[in-house]
Amino acid sequence: MPNKFPLWKNLLVLLVISFGFIYAAPNLYPPDPAIQLSGQSGAMVIDEVVLQKVEGALDEAGIEYFAGEADGESALIRLRDIDLQLRAKEIIQAEMGGNYIVALNLAPTTPEWLSDLGGQPMKLGLDLSGGVHFLLEVDLNAALATRLESDLQDVKSALREERIRYRTFELKGQQLIGQFREAEEVDRATALIRANYRDLQPQFIQGQNPLSLVLKLSDIAAGDIEDNAIKQNLTSLRNRVNELGVSEPLVSRQGKNRIVVELPGVQDTAEAKRIIGKTANLEFRLESLDKAGEKFKFRNPSGQGPDARLQNKAVISGENVTDARASFDENGRPQVNITLDAKGGWQMGYATRDNIGRRLGVLFIEYKTRLDKSVDENGEVVITAVPFVEKNIISLATIQAQLGKQFRITGLDGQRESSELALLLRAGALAAPMYIVEERTIGPSLGADNIELGVKSVTLGMMMVLLFMLAVYKGFGVFANIALAMNLVLLVAFMSLLGATLTLPGIAGIVLTVGMAVDANVLIFSRIREELASGSSIQGAISSGYDRAFVSILDANITTLIVALILFLIGSGPVQGFAVTLSIGILTSMFTSIVMTRGFVNLIIGGRKIEKLWI
Amino acid sequence: MSQLKVYNFMGIRRYAVVFSALMLIVSSLSLYTQGLVLGLDFSGGTQIEVGYEQPANVAELRTKLETAGFDSPVVIHFGAETDVLIRMQGEPDQGLAERVYNVLQVDGEKVELRRVDFVGPQIGEELRDDGGLGMLTALALVMLYVAIRFQLKFSIGAVLALGHDVIITLGVFSLARLEFDLTVLAAILAVVGYSLNDTIVVSDRIRENFRKIRKATPVEVINESLSQTLWRTINTSVTTLLVLLALFFIGGELIHNFAIALMIGVGIGTYSSIYVAATVMLAMDVDREDLLEPVEGELVDDLP
Repeated sequence: MPNKFPLWKNLLVLLVISFGFIYAAPNLYPPDPAIQLSGQSGAMVIDEVVLQKVEGALDEAGIEYFAGEADGESALIRLRDIDLQLRAKEIIQAEMGGNYIVALNLAPTTPEWLSDLGGQPMKLGLDLSGGVHFLLEVDLNAALATRLESDLQDVKSALREERIRYRTFELKGQQLIGQFREAEEVDRATALIRANYRDLQPQFIQGQNPLSLVLKLSDIAAGDIEDNAIKQNLTSLRNRVNELGVSEPLVSRQGKNRIVVELPGVQDTAEAKRIIGKTANLEFRLESLDKAGEKFKFRNPSGQGPDARLQNKAVISGENVTDARASFDENGRPQVNITLDAKGGWQMGYATRDNIGRRLGVLFIEYKTRLDKSVDENGEVVITAVPFVEKNIISLATIQAQLGKQFRITGLDGQRESSELALLLRAGALAAPMYIVEERTIGPSLGADNIELGVKSVTLGMMMVLLFMLAVYKGFGVFANIALAMNLVLLVAFMSLLGATLTLPGIAGIVLTVGMAVDANVLIFSRIREELASGSSIQGAISSGYDRAFVSILDANITTLIVALILFLIGSGPVQGFAVTLSIGILTSMFTSIVMTRGFVNLIIGGRKIEKLWI
Repeated sequence: MSQLKVYNFMGIRRYAVVFSALMLIVSSLSLYTQGLVLGLDFSGGTQIEVGYEQPANVAELRTKLETAGFDSPVVIHFGAETDVLIRMQGEPDQGLAERVYNVLQVDGEKVELRRVDFVGPQIGEELRDDGGLGMLTALALVMLYVAIRFQLKFSIGAVLALGHDVIITLGVFSLARLEFDLTVLAAILAVVGYSLNDTIVVSDRIRENFRKIRKATPVEVINESLSQTLWRTINTSVTTLLVLLALFFIGGELIHNFAIALMIGVGIGTYSSIYVAATVMLAMDVDREDLLEPVEGELVDDLP
């Protein structure tokens, strides 16, 4: 029979429609404003007792809440009024104290049966939710240089132990160069390095005077060092981000040497920048007793602390600090408790044993970028980023006893200073310096505005297209319009299911898809009109109209998909959002405009005697 | 319904060539001499958007910022009279946004900090390279696909039509001194996709007619094909333009230029799919012979 779908095809259409409605549905439930409570360390238990304390504080302040829940690791309290969210946070923070992280959150309200099916609302990009985005570049050359510097010391002492005599051995660029007098010494050194330092590749440069031996890091070793540097930086960045109390932060590697940090919904952006942007390291150094060493300024902007001269050699560095907490001593004065790892504790003990009474300084090393303007040979102004290092003392305290794995710094001015110092100590461990290369801050109100504008333009665009199709294709316009509406539902369903992020350009992509999705139907209907004009029967015209138009639609959509794919590969953040919506839109629109409209047409017109097509 | 009217599109192709050539020359000249106004994404720098409750006087704000020691800030209205965009060279060091904010707030007016963007110079440069490279890759892949699915002459026609659209759209941006940022780059690539869509549909019909109509000159075949697809071309352009108008008027300032780029592109793309691709094919003496492949009945019957 002409123009009848077999049963399975009708069922398929039905299945896809219900799939679309189910997985698009979670977006209909607006999230509740909520407060999330978690502990500074994983060991803290957050249970019903903690929850009751929080609820008590909210009761007292007269803030309405509901559905508080605690699962041992964190607690979530939903609020009735979003305007009270900030105040609720302050109240809870004051009640619970500094050991708890209190974060603003938007709790999903997806009904249970939907979330059991894997349904979830679309994620909102930063431009819609508001928040901060940072792109940090890790200086991998610095990480390699640090490693080579320490290898250099090891190699030198190994050579001395083996009584292999060299004239000089130094770090030049990315390689170690040693100079020898005798060829036999070079051979022995080569053998020693081959045996004990697998990561270093010795290469003897023939026919030079003095004889030179060049050591390079093997590609594998260099790759490992770079990977480790990035990993360690990721870890310490995650720790810092946790300090901020953001509900769903993103810290991930991007490309070879970049790290992207996204903090949605952050209100106090200055605070976020202060902590993330702190690409820093720490060194504990003894104050020098003579003119040797280097003089540093105290970091305090009000200039309270004295400048001091510190030794060149560090006792330990930020990597060795495992924890630092602000607290109060027995007399109620602020102090910072520091815990070191085993190696750091041993080195600290060794260094302080004979130096009781001397002062120990904590040097805070910040890596910053300055932009310099210069004029190049073409007379154009070019701006180059010049990284520079700033070193300041953040603490200078007298050693009272031999220090070990755990010790404390006292004599601080106030609680603010002690918590700041604790934060800096915790945050200090970075394997390689980082520089901020991109930063975007979107205020929460701008995000809300963007959503509103997006929804408005999708609605208006959609309405105009629906009216146009009705006017031009009458009865078949209805089919096309149902397909178009269904396309939007499917697009939302797929984006929610895939966990794709909706951005403002993504909304633009949806709008554009709405405009372009009708193209397939326009093609098909034009074909049917042509077939009718050339005298085909009604059923024949429908059938060949769909068949003939299919090839054009396929070719046109595949080529557009190629373009969307490239857009995804070269784009970043928002532009990728656009590419994703465009690609999904192309695929769903092919289904709705070809298979689905055909199903409707078959159901209503197929197999019947009809005098005139209303097209 | 009456028999289809065949318009003599190709009869005026000489004028179309002159028109396109003129547009291309003007666009290229403008791009070569004054280039594009690069947005923050590509140029690097810092930009701060603030919102006032009352219409703001940008000249006054500029003077205020200069007095406060900021180096040549650019201050402009952004979308509305009450929104102001401040652009500066250099990195937002700690507290830059707050310092600007404080300067702007002196008269006790309520100011809202809406957005702070900083893009380092190396990122801008990479994006410029990646954007250009992406455009070329897209064109190359599309050319390959069309060459395989259709034929080389069609492929060259399609790619020249795309290049034509991209250069003219960029040219309009350069001439009108509109800002070129990442969203505009995305729009240009979407233009490539859209214009391609159009060209493919037209080419598809030309191929079909070359195979079907035996006694006709190439010019006649192409005229007939273009006439057959004319309403489809117009209707699709209209629906796309309708939604773009919606984006343009109420989509907000951030995607204003995105909508402009697409509107120009859709307009030019519609024209180029009629004139540029077909004219290029004719110039290369496209003929029935080019398409006599043994692909008869390539429509798969079971497909809906």
